[in-house]
Amino acid sequence: MTESSMTQFPDLVNWAWAGVLYWLVLGFGALLLQRQRRLLTSLVFPLGALGALFMAGVGLVGLVAPPSAVILPIGLPDLPFHLRLDALSAFFLVLLGGASFGVTVYAVGYFRNMRAGPLGLLVLWYHLFLGGMVTVLLADDAYAFMVAWEVMALSSYFLVTTDHKIPDIRRAGFLYLLIAHVGAVALLLCFGLLQGGHGDYTFNSMRLAEMTPFWASAVYLLALFGFGAKAGLVPMHVWLPEAHPAAPSPVSALMSGVMLKTAIYGLLRVTFDLLNVQIGWWGTLALALGLLTALYGVIFAAVQSDMKRLLAWSSIENIGVILAAFGLTLIFYTDGKGALAALTLTALLYHALNHAFFKGLLFVGTGSVLHATGERRMGKLGGLIRFMPWTAWLTLVGALAIAGLPPLNGFVSEWLLLQAFLLTPGLTQPYLNMVIPVAAASVALAAALAAYVMVKFFGVVFLGQPRDPALHHAHEASWPERLGMIWLAAGCALLGLFPAQVIDRLAPVVRLLSGQTLVNDGNWLMLAPVSAERASYAPLIFFAVVAVVLLLTFVWVRRIYHGRVRRADPWDCGYPEQDARMQDTAEGFGQPIRQIFESFMRVERERPDPFDRHPRYTSASLDKLWFLLYEPIARLASWISDQAGRLQHGRIQWYLIYSFATLIFLLVFVTR
Amino acid sequence: MSLTYHLQVVNLLAALLLLISFAMLSQRRIIGLVTLFAWQGAALALSTAIVAWSTGQHHLYYSAGLTLILKVIAMPWFFYRLVKKLDVDREVEPMINIPTTMLIGIVLVIFAFNLALPISQMSGTVTRSTLGIAMACVLLAFLMMITRRKAITQVIGFLAMENGLFFAATSASYGMPLVVEMGVALDVLVGVFVLGIFFFQIRETFDSLDLKHMEKLKEH
Repeated sequence: MTESSMTQFPDLVNWAWAGVLYWLVLGFGALLLQRQRRLLTSLVFPLGALGALFMAGVGLVGLVAPPSAVILPIGLPDLPFHLRLDALSAFFLVLLGGASFGVTVYAVGYFRNMRAGPLGLLVLWYHLFLGGMVTVLLADDAYAFMVAWEVMALSSYFLVTTDHKIPDIRRAGFLYLLIAHVGAVALLLCFGLLQGGHGDYTFNSMRLAEMTPFWASAVYLLALFGFGAKAGLVPMHVWLPEAHPAAPSPVSALMSGVMLKTAIYGLLRVTFDLLNVQIGWWGTLALALGLLTALYGVIFAAVQSDMKRLLAWSSIENIGVILAAFGLTLIFYTDGKGALAALTLTALLYHALNHAFFKGLLFVGTGSVLHATGERRMGKLGGLIRFMPWTAWLTLVGALAIAGLPPLNGFVSEWLLLQAFLLTPGLTQPYLNMVIPVAAASVALAAALAAYVMVKFFGVVFLGQPRDPALHHAHEASWPERLGMIWLAAGCALLGLFPAQVIDRLAPVVRLLSGQTLVNDGNWLMLAPVSAERASYAPLIFFAVVAVVLLLTFVWVRRIYHGRVRRADPWDCGYPEQDARMQDTAEGFGQPIRQIFESFMRVERERPDPFDRHPRYTSASLDKLWFLLYEPIARLASWISDQAGRLQHGRIQWYLIYSFATLIFLLVFVTR
Repeated sequence: MSLTYHLQVVNLLAALLLLISFAMLSQRRIIGLVTLFAWQGAALALSTAIVAWSTGQHHLYYSAGLTLILKVIAMPWFFYRLVKKLDVDREVEPMINIPTTMLIGIVLVIFAFNLALPISQMSGTVTRSTLGIAMACVLLAFLMMITRRKAITQVIGFLAMENGLFFAATSASYGMPLVVEMGVALDVLVGVFVLGIFFFQIRETFDSLDLKHMEKLKEH
């Protein structure tokens, strides 16, 4: 890089960690303001949101700036924090800042009625969480990375258990903490292998270390496991459907939209940046696991009847899609197909960014519904579009985006990914060539089922008739909440309408990781990866056509029907009485999926007796992996601890004998 | 010449220490145990003083003085009062009968001598030959803690073990630095007082000082 560009962006990384410091000051300041409830919501959260916007700005500049690094003498003596901001970190900073700005603005409204004491703590954890995530992105040595990673895990644990008086929430929090730490141990081992016995834990020395394929594979597998546990890769996904419903909605939005992406960041960082060998089968493994995760997630999303749990499973699905893209990138990269790797990597990053926006939007949308109705079960909701039109329409944007409908953003990334799949027949390995079309079909299936899930989500919650009379008193979301949702919805729309510009911004990241960039064969209006003859997409034109056709139809229908309207009772199909209970329910809507994929799940039904005076029908579709994998492990652990418990007699003599035997053994051992 | 003469005395005292350790193992009454403990402390103080005199290590005089004050006078007196107050002079049958305990003790002594052989060759002190005895004292005191049931005997066993360690330090390297010894002495003193308070609490809770009642505290 030239001298001028160095001076043009002086020490961008300093601005980034100054932002972290700002959040920390806000968080700890909130502890001092604990009694001032109004101040906490209407001052601290907006200030925090400004910090998020600032981070996004730093990230945007960082995408084009040369990497900048700094060494901060904090932490243990002789172990300073190395921080570095390169294009990859900058991209994820944009993601973090962009999504958390909307969520934090939303939080101003969401938390306004919370009790003062817990609120002060929540504000502290919230800002620590944001700061921890940013530090994860900036860390340039394993020590700083792990410290930040743990800050992120612990602060989010405390955020999840905000309502810790409810036993189920404590249980969910514990499960999250447990899996987060199992993953963290794997990461610790991964970094231990990466430093290769030099004792130097900076990322710079890791980049230079030469690794044999065996140890590189071990590093990769540990990274996949450790980051996978955080991201929700099957079979480490079990904490997501528990923790997300337990957490307050803005927290769910941040965890799902942003925190899961830090795991993707880590995986990219370790695989493409820190390791200097990549092996083909890594990609195949990631692709297979990603597809499994995507399908598993979407199938379970389809049968959920709790709206936040549904969204949590949908997050698993999206992480699966991202990981599948990651696997495909690795396959292309190791096969020497740089241009295709760049295409897939672009799709991956794009989808990560999109998911941050639309999943954040949907989660905060459920938060407004939850506040307005006090209900998370979809069986008790319905018809809310009449009482909360803002929430409904904004959520609709998110639902359409996640369903992958043009011209919104979900379409672009999934389309890019499918393009990459379609271009595969050129790989040198014949087996992969045969299997990849199946993988493409799975991605398409997952995308289609995601649309199905969103029809269910939106239809049951917002359309139809209210399933509960109390819903007539549902109130619209407050203005800060609406503003937050508008920001996120605008993000979904803009990312969908201007893909060519977004891809230009992504180019430095893609070049950093894969050595090539995606060449856009189209122009500013039109996106055409690889070549314009094969496939191209012009969202603005598409949008204009759709809008014009809609408008024309609307006008035409109004014109033609004007004056010829005959008002009469509609034919009631022989059912003169219709009430809300006759509508399709969440369970009913998911029934076909449950029938088809019953082998994946364990269905527990409770059928009423014919003579039951108050008949009740319930059915729950449970995760089979929980029973097949986690319960045996839990049983094994408790068996081992029972065996260890036998050592405890409660008799002092026995304890003395233990230490006596140890002493004798050690003495013999030493003098040997 | 005088060095060998002094060494003879130290060796004699070391043998006395070992003998007292065995005597403690076989002693059933607590009052007798306390007396033996006082004698052990006296032998220890005397041997330390002789080592100090013969080698010119002046800080060992302080150690000897500390031992004399704490382990020969203060603690035995404290234990006499405690035993009288708690009225627990009669020791019940130990967990393993006395002859078997003695046999195990002999095995331990042989083990300790074996163990000390390579270590004492490395040491450069004139008293290194007594290291085996010192280690044997530690192990025998440990054995006493294991085989007794009353809380007080446990504490005396613990203190006897400390005696053995002290002796080992003197014989292998002319004692530990004075600061360390002062620290250990203070620890032992405080420990004894805390345990003395515990005795009263245990008695109040279980109406006995027998440790088998403590099994009830186990978590089920």
